[in-house]
Amino acid sequence: MVTDRFVEVMALISAWILPLLIMSIPVWAFYKKVPLYDTFIKGAREGVGVGLRIIPYLVAILVAIGMFRASGAMELLAEFASPVLNLIGMPADILPLAIVRPMSGSGALGIMSEIANQYGGDSYMARLAAVMTGSSETTLYVIAVYFGSVGVTKVRHALAAGLIADLAAILASLFISRIAFL
Amino acid sequence: MLGYIWLFFIVTAVIVGGLNGRIEEVGQAAIDYSRVAVEISISLIGIMCLWLGLMKLAEASGLVVLISKLIKPVTRKLFPGIPPEHPAIGNVAMNVSANALGVTNAATPIGIKAMQEMQSLNPHKNIATNAMCTFLAINTAGVQLVPASIIGVLIGAGAQNPTAIIGPTLFATGTALITAIIVVKLLEKIPVFKTENYLEEGEK
Repeated sequence: MVTDRFVEVMALISAWILPLLIMSIPVWAFYKKVPLYDTFIKGAREGVGVGLRIIPYLVAILVAIGMFRASGAMELLAEFASPVLNLIGMPADILPLAIVRPMSGSGALGIMSEIANQYGGDSYMARLAAVMTGSSETTLYVIAVYFGSVGVTKVRHALAAGLIADLAAILASLFISRIAFL
Repeated sequence: MLGYIWLFFIVTAVIVGGLNGRIEEVGQAAIDYSRVAVEISISLIGIMCLWLGLMKLAEASGLVVLISKLIKPVTRKLFPGIPPEHPAIGNVAMNVSANALGVTNAATPIGIKAMQEMQSLNPHKNIATNAMCTFLAINTAGVQLVPASIIGVLIGAGAQNPTAIIGPTLFATGTALITAIIVVKLLEKIPVFKTENYLEEGEK
């Protein structure tokens, strides 16, 4: 089947891409006569500091998100919002996904997986959930890690822009899934 | 603004959790997630070392500047605050490419490298620059050409035709990207987001 073939090729490409990247940068540097080992170590040393530096930022963000999810506030929000959602054509089961998406990548993939298993892998709901999950990033995590790594605490308009982009991703997912899958 | 959202999450969690009779879980979540945050950070260190090492090689061999030059026409408009051949541009480009190709574990360290380069141009070290906000906005749109893990989940749920989502996902993520760029450029001009508002007393 065409799809099987495509999936196979994609798997092959994604298996090769990382090793090839890891190889090609040192080969290029060797060609350019850069001292390889020294330079690599000098850069790699910074990794330790960055890893430690982002801890407080991640603790702040993840604890707040974790408490929020544990409280059941999301289910409450889903109930309140359902009349509005009907208006824009969003099925109620999709809402938790839309809310979790900017907060947690693994959480979103988990919810998407639940929806896909409940409705079937080729169902409209599964596809809508897949498009929505794939169409945006874990905004709060990205902001915590990237700004945390350089010690920026005043993020100005980055958060607002990120969340508006997430909203655009949700609306675009609803729109295109309706056209493509219904 | 991050502070307000943070407070909103916590206050809502305690009030709703209390009313729902889930206050114990809320407390437990606080403890669990502070541990998770450390685990994530620590587990990032190895991959961070690998890519920051490789990126140092890319930088020393002129690869980063080469990439900066190649994409100058695009980045001049998006990042007017960064000199066109600055290594920050090359790092931004490599981060976006790594994300697009789905090499997520390389994208984060390279993105952090890009942030460090932009921070070197930042006169106020705790306040985000326009370039940083633009970069973050592009990143949160999360452009990925083939969402492999998502296709994997669909296959796991018995999908016969999981790749049908690729085109629509590209449309949605493209819409998010365009929105992100337009919005971030509009917002940077709004008075409440001006850098001057975030300066400490005495810096003004």
